[in-house]
Amino acid sequence: MKVAIASGKGGTGKTTLSTNLASFLSENNKVVLTDLDVEEPNSGLFLKSELIHSEDKFKMIPEWNKTDCTLCGNCQKVCNYHAVIQLGDMIMVFPELCHSCFACSELCPTNSLPMIPQKMGELKHFKSKNLDFVESRIKIGEEQAVPLIKQTLDYIDENFDDKVIKIYDAPPGTSCPVIEATKDADFVILITEPTPFGLNDVILAIDTMKELKKEFGVVINRCGIGNDDIIKYCDKHNITIIAKIPNQRAIAELYSNGELLWDKIPEVKVELEKIAKYLTAFNINAKPTL
Amino acid sequence: MKIAFTTKGTEWDSKMDPRFGRTEFFVVYNEDTKELTSVDNKDVENDAHGAGPKAAQRLFELKAEVLITGNGPGGNAATVLQKTGTTCYIGAGEMTIKEAYDAYKNNDLKKF
Repeated sequence: MKVAIASGKGGTGKTTLSTNLASFLSENNKVVLTDLDVEEPNSGLFLKSELIHSEDKFKMIPEWNKTDCTLCGNCQKVCNYHAVIQLGDMIMVFPELCHSCFACSELCPTNSLPMIPQKMGELKHFKSKNLDFVESRIKIGEEQAVPLIKQTLDYIDENFDDKVIKIYDAPPGTSCPVIEATKDADFVILITEPTPFGLNDVILAIDTMKELKKEFGVVINRCGIGNDDIIKYCDKHNITIIAKIPNQRAIAELYSNGELLWDKIPEVKVELEKIAKYLTAFNINAKPTL
Repeated sequence: MKIAFTTKGTEWDSKMDPRFGRTEFFVVYNEDTKELTSVDNKDVENDAHGAGPKAAQRLFELKAEVLITGNGPGGNAATVLQKTGTTCYIGAGEMTIKEAYDAYKNNDLKKF
């Protein structure tokens, strides 16, 4: 089963829930947690595990070879992103704008734009007992997270079979990286906080998931602050609130020390049990049962 | 010499557009012929990415040697302008085209 943990707003508890849920479920299941927030991966801060594999990740970028180029201008015409432009007798390529679609390269009559691999980031695979942890980290200055997220998901699919529970810690927001991180998930947990900001942004995330036709439910974090508008919203729109993680100073202190919560705070464990039960019911016909 | 402006209109008293890549128009003043011409850049609205390089390329085709704008081009566009040898002056975003031209002539604009 693939479960993505997303939110509209940043800082509402995606990583807190991802790491705790993954660790909790790994008591009785094989679990792989993947940090897909490649621009600022932080799940690893909370897990004590051993590095077992790392690899560089590449994207393909055209490189202009002027020898045979007839300056026909076709490359810049077919590029939707203005990543290739012609300036007089010169072709310029902007690697940050390139989406690796190969159009300029494939459609060049003289093969003057061969695609060259360019490093965009690094993938690391850690392991401790039943819990595997994979994170990718994008190179500083690289603008596009989507290709790295996609390759990270491919790594998970190649290395873990269907029996392993897959938890994805998604990036914040509702833009392309979030779509990429959630589009293959069987279920999406949207975590939010009961504040006006949290509500506004979770509504954006809910609308996004509806558009993607995803099964999803809401978890409220830091329950007790703000107001109950999020509860009213979910009731009105028939959206399940799967769990409510309380607002506690002790939680913030453990988090600040890079520690997991569920083995130390009983109220958190109770909420994780609710989530596990909900996911089991959702996944009733699939193996393994949680 | 040809001088290009990023603008919101096509007349001397039109407002400048402080943006480079997403400017509404490029207005070009040819100092030799005293002609003022313009190019519509609004089709850039359809582009989510790459507005800067595209605008820089458009500017290159206009053969302007000097660009007068507001905020200044972003990184990609600046690379193109550097390659094409276009001199860029910034800080004219709130002026009219005429005011921007006078400011340039009086050396009151900052070189990018």
